[in-house]
Amino acid sequence: MTRASNRPPVVPPEAALPSYLRAGYTLRSWLLTTDHKRIAILYLVSISFFFLIGAIAAALIRLELLTPAGDLLTNDGYNRAFSIHGIIMVWFFLIPSIPNTFGNFLIPLMIGARDLAFPRLNLLSWYIYVVAGLITLYVVLSGGVDTGWTFYTPLSSVYANGAVVAAILAVFISGFSSILTGLNFIVTVHKLRAPGMTWGRLPLFVWSHYATSIIFVLATPVLAITLLLVAAERLFGIGVFDPALGGDPLLFQHLFWFYSHPAVYIMILPALGVISELITSAAHKRIFGYWFVAYASIAIAVIGFFVWGHHMFVSGQSYYASAIFSFLSIAVAVPSAIKVYNWTATLYKGDIELNAPLLYAMGFIGLFVAGGLTGLMLAMLAIDVHVHDTYFVVAHFHYIMVGGTVTAFFGAMHYWWPKITGRLYPEAWARASALVILVGFNVTFFPLFLLGYEGMPRRYHVYPESFQVLQVISSCGALLLAAGYLLPVAYLGWSLFRGAKAPANPWGATGLEWTTSSPPPKHNFIEQPVVERGPYDYPISDPLSRSND
Amino acid sequence: MSPGFQLWPAAASQHAREVDLLIGSFGAMVWLLSLPVFLLMGFFAWRYRRGRAANRRHRPNRNIWLETSWSAIPFTLTMVFYVWATGLFLDLQHPPANAMTIDVVAKQWMWKFQHPEGAREINDLHVPVGTPVKLVMTSQDVIHSLYLPAMRIKQDVLPGRYTSEWFTADRTGVFPLRCAEFCGADHAVMGGRLVVMSPARFAEWLAANDGGALSPAERGAKLYRESGCAACHDRAANGLAPSLEGLFGTRVQLADGSVRTADEQYLRDSLILPNSAVTAGYRPIMPSYANTFGPDEIAALVAWMKTSGGSRPQ
Ligand code: HEC
Ligand SMILES: [Cu+2]
Ligand SMILES: [Cu+2]
Repeated sequence: MTRASNRPPVVPPEAALPSYLRAGYTLRSWLLTTDHKRIAILYLVSISFFFLIGAIAAALIRLELLTPAGDLLTNDGYNRAFSIHGIIMVWFFLIPSIPNTFGNFLIPLMIGARDLAFPRLNLLSWYIYVVAGLITLYVVLSGGVDTGWTFYTPLSSVYANGAVVAAILAVFISGFSSILTGLNFIVTVHKLRAPGMTWGRLPLFVWSHYATSIIFVLATPVLAITLLLVAAERLFGIGVFDPALGGDPLLFQHLFWFYSHPAVYIMILPALGVISELITSAAHKRIFGYWFVAYASIAIAVIGFFVWGHHMFVSGQSYYASAIFSFLSIAVAVPSAIKVYNWTATLYKGDIELNAPLLYAMGFIGLFVAGGLTGLMLAMLAIDVHVHDTYFVVAHFHYIMVGGTVTAFFGAMHYWWPKITGRLYPEAWARASALVILVGFNVTFFPLFLLGYEGMPRRYHVYPESFQVLQVISSCGALLLAAGYLLPVAYLGWSLFRGAKAPANPWGATGLEWTTSSPPPKHNFIEQPVVERGPYDYPISDPLSRSND
Repeated sequence: MSPGFQLWPAAASQHAREVDLLIGSFGAMVWLLSLPVFLLMGFFAWRYRRGRAANRRHRPNRNIWLETSWSAIPFTLTMVFYVWATGLFLDLQHPPANAMTIDVVAKQWMWKFQHPEGAREINDLHVPVGTPVKLVMTSQDVIHSLYLPAMRIKQDVLPGRYTSEWFTADRTGVFPLRCAEFCGADHAVMGGRLVVMSPARFAEWLAANDGGALSPAERGAKLYRESGCAACHDRAANGLAPSLEGLFGTRVQLADGSVRTADEQYLRDSLILPNSAVTAGYRPIMPSYANTFGPDEIAALVAWMKTSGGSRPQ
């Protein structure tokens, strides 16, 4: 990974300006910073913390499921474990994961800006996230919540015993952090692009974050209102969802999934952007079909708003509606498929460095394809009637959320690590960890597809003995997966202090973020960059190949 | 190792086998579409790895035709399966007219089944083989979902509303019956057995289990007399309230101008939400029984109104 760039990089002299990391050493200089790069680090630290808590809950779940009896946890204990696992992983890890760390760090660098459009708003959104996170911790400590992350009514609004209102409040507040981030990104992309940075020269990472931001801004308010209504019913008996009070329980599901299906794309679109960067950089080649890939992100964001009913095929909604939602859900798979085919085509005739980020990216593609295609199966009405609310669904969305988003997160972490920290990571270890994660992931989650088709409903801590073999395999896989996730923590931690110093452009990549020093100075660029070419204009270096067109 | 380890669930209806065939064939197609991606990805990564001499001239950067076709062809293929799956699903929405109707009431954390002949059972459900069975379901508290894996069907069971599902078992045996929608503390153990019996054995079972209990229709007749319905509905001649005799299955002209068929849903609505469907020519004085009757009683009244053209008790 030390291969030098072919294009003379516009690297500022190392000593010219202190890096953003050295712009101040006090706690105050971090907590009151408005530098998007530092805020990204603040986010990284806090979402890692919540990932850990969510993972502990997952460990409890997998331990309990080792035996068919409910021996480790009580029924309530188990219900609280999976509820907190879901709430934390969705709202406190996955949703902010890539956008608030890598998006925050990279968007200004990629478009040649000094910062996001509203630096103080950016800091505010982190504080809002922290407040919401603290309330979630209160929920955990005060005994938890037993509604599942979906808060279905009237269970949540009337019957559940846990700290439902506090949990709702936490999610409600965290939504404002999402909205502010989305707003900030949209304005930044519109207003702060460097001279020459036309829409057609935007890196695909930026395109996918732009699409994500649209969802942030349009969908999150719906969730906020819905949750408030649940709280109103629970606290004041205002009948909205409970039929005993004249409400309609399905109304909740419609509102909830109107947000939560697009939220799936909040979680996956940024990952798709990461993969486009990783593939082109490793292949040293222009992306195949730039516009198809860019517009696919927008198409996913838009169509994603019209498929929520696929969560409700057996809920009692009209079957005409089900037939239409089924069709639209198949349609939304098309832009995702385009991306996968285009990435593959990008590798054709590339100059491919088989580095760890590429391994992560290829692992991502495999798992994303598996998750996406099982999603198509779920969109088929007659199949869904059987496997809805079973482990099949659990497996499907973990392939997308964990196999997809988390793998991309790790890929991004390796690829931009030199830029963020100014250090190189140990490549051999990184390749090994990518493999361990890929294997561990499949051992953990593939058996769940079989369990689901065999008819094991989700959210069961007691189950028939015939399911035990697969559950045990899955729990063993989880152990391997945990090792795979801990490995990078160890060697990246080592690299932070001992790793070799990174040059400005260790990958020989073409993105603007690689033209400034590693780590970048406080205001990113010494001189205002001027953009003259596309984001993936790799020159040809191999003697056997001359033309790049 | 655990006893009874199995990789494929038992199938006990024609529908179940069709769903198996559907997922099998769709699975095969999905492999066909994704395998080239995996193979090519690996092949390209190896063949064009850095430092290896390879022809890298004339690199394509876009190809509209290629990109359109690799979106359109898989989409079209998938549409074939869409039609197939939707067809199977629509069958599930239309139970045969001769289906045997069993009333189901769910509550945290048990299933109550009421057979038309009077037998009642909890958590276990006995049905005869070869007979279409329709479950008409409601919940007394939160949302549950009645899941019969061997039939490949499930349907959510909601409070304040009736939903239904149906199946025709085509082999005898004992199959699981589970709750699929998370419903609180004991969700995981809210289940029992679906026992499919030969018609003869089923008849024996029914005889042994109705224990002289009144059938739902008989209990309905009793409720009709004892809960004051008769006070209005027996005086149809005075124009106070319509006669319920022979009502089931007829077309009813409503005060808002629309026409509805007096099916089970209509009868239930008349009891729970009388003002949602006021019969033309009558004043909306029928009280709502939503808070008076539980789902059991409503089911009994509906059963009574359905029988023998509504033979009115004297
Ligand atoms: C106070 C008088 C009154 C009582 C008591 C009453 N009803 Fe009614 N019911 C009416 C009237 C008037 C109508 C027609 C207007 C309407 O549809 O609301 C009606 C309509 C109905 C209908 C729809 C009939 C149709 O032709 O469409 C059904 C079914 C019904 N009642 C059943 C019952 C049952 C069962 C009870 C007892 C549990 C009951 N009613 C008690 C007055 C009454
Ligand atoms: Cu969805
Ligand atoms: Cu349940």
